[in-house]
Amino acid sequence: MISIKNLSKIYKSKNRDDVTAVDNIDLSINQGEIFGVIGYSGAGKSTFIRLLNRLEEPTDGKIIMNEKDMTNLSNKELRNERQKIGMIFQHFNLLWSRTVFDNIAFPLEIAGIPKEQRKSKVQELIELVGLAGREDYYPSQLSGGQKQRVGIARALANDPKVLLCDEATSALDPQTTDDILDLLVSINQKLGLTIIVITHEMHVIKKICQQVAVMDNGKVIEQGEVLEVFMHPKEKTTRRFVQQVMGEQVEQSPIHYFVKNYESGKVLRLHFVGETANQAIISKLVKRFNVEINILQGNITQTKDGAYGTLYVHMDGPEEVVNEAIKYIQQTSVELEVEENA
Amino acid sequence: MLRELFPNVVMEDLKVATNQTLYMTGISVLGTLILGILLGLLLFLTDRQGILNRSLNFITATIVNVFRAIPFIILILLLFPFTDWLMGTIRGPKAALPALIIGAAPFYARLVEIALKEVDKGVIEAARAMGAKTRHIVFKVLLPESMPALISGLTVTAINLISFTAMAGAIGAGGLGDLAYRKGFQAWDFDVVFACTVLIVIIVFIFQFAGDFLSKKIDKR
Repeated sequence: MISIKNLSKIYKSKNRDDVTAVDNIDLSINQGEIFGVIGYSGAGKSTFIRLLNRLEEPTDGKIIMNEKDMTNLSNKELRNERQKIGMIFQHFNLLWSRTVFDNIAFPLEIAGIPKEQRKSKVQELIELVGLAGREDYYPSQLSGGQKQRVGIARALANDPKVLLCDEATSALDPQTTDDILDLLVSINQKLGLTIIVITHEMHVIKKICQQVAVMDNGKVIEQGEVLEVFMHPKEKTTRRFVQQVMGEQVEQSPIHYFVKNYESGKVLRLHFVGETANQAIISKLVKRFNVEINILQGNITQTKDGAYGTLYVHMDGPEEVVNEAIKYIQQTSVELEVEENA
Repeated sequence: MLRELFPNVVMEDLKVATNQTLYMTGISVLGTLILGILLGLLLFLTDRQGILNRSLNFITATIVNVFRAIPFIILILLLFPFTDWLMGTIRGPKAALPALIIGAAPFYARLVEIALKEVDKGVIEAARAMGAKTRHIVFKVLLPESMPALISGLTVTAINLISFTAMAGAIGAGGLGDLAYRKGFQAWDFDVVFACTVLIVIIVFIFQFAGDFLSKKIDKR
């Protein structure tokens, strides 16, 4: 459990106004969770993640991580604590002068692990991130995705409890991004470590996070379970992020827009939240009831906790059958909105 | 044929002088390497906030700038009392060493500082995030990651040093410069001057080649 209270970072400047990069953030992050922080560049998210391991010194506030008050450590204690907090970076930050093997061994050298133990640990990590056979390559001989795998292995070397990911996939292509995200999820499950992800891509949040905090202008403006935030984005910034993965038309097509095109039947708006989308509800309707279903518009996206999205359908048939079908839908967890035909 | 081209050149003199030049260059390159890296690291590591850092940086930078501003021939004269006290003599190749090192180290220190500034800030940050001490950052990040630039900088400095040894020779340090000046110029035997020139150029070429080779070989970027 990581708890962050009143965390602030103010950059003092002699010539210009002070800049408040992180403004009074309160968060608590559960053990073993994948927690996402999303924001546009300049929102303060990179500063925020650097405050957690004190690469940046907080101006104010408290951070409790691994049962230790991070803001209250001596330099020596801080260095020891940092060994238990892994970090990966947008630009990987590998040492070009070291091979894959030696890069991963680097944090072990810092921790003073004897050579023989280092060797077996590095070998184990290389297997874990899928880089077997590349031990003697230099970073310049690797692709971006492979470099990030080295970064991840390096971050895990001292068996951290927490992994901080600073825009870890922002420099990668979409396919490689997904591979790295899959790796992060499998590490999260295998090792049970807490992962904090900083990103500007909603795709990343959607794919791996359980909890999300939206940052704007140094503040957390919205926070909660990913699905909940997807479903009911309150702030404008959040809505823009949700649109990144849902497309522009979300919430923009009022149901009556479709209605005028049909003379009989009903137009339904099905709202999927969570696992319900896996119930194959449309095909069940068609099999059980004698109705015609025409999909008008839809947008479903998969998040870590199930599908989320909206489907507009036109249902036609004998009136009582249609009503029965509607009742059936209402018994499921799909949210339903019905527009009668005029 | 060589006898006809260089009638006044004594092989034994040439050999002794070359050895002296190589001795002076070799030892002073080593000394410059150590002192220059120390000063360069000091300049780099103190270039940040804090009163102690700021004042240390100011003092180091001032020393480096002052010694870099003094022309070498004057520096040798200036250092005579120091040399006499340190080496017990002001003549011969050994006596040239303090001036050579003190003359070249500030120049190399600036090259070291530039090389260290070129090290990726992200890599240093990553090392700090792993809990690295300053010692780790210096020996495992800064120096290895800047090694090609440190070597090519040392090559430039070494070639400067060869030319410094020749200058030191003119006031009694021995070596090829000394030979060219006394046996060549003062006796008006220009074949001696020419022979010394050829040897110095060869030495410079060897240093340049070795430096370039090494710098390229260790660069895995």
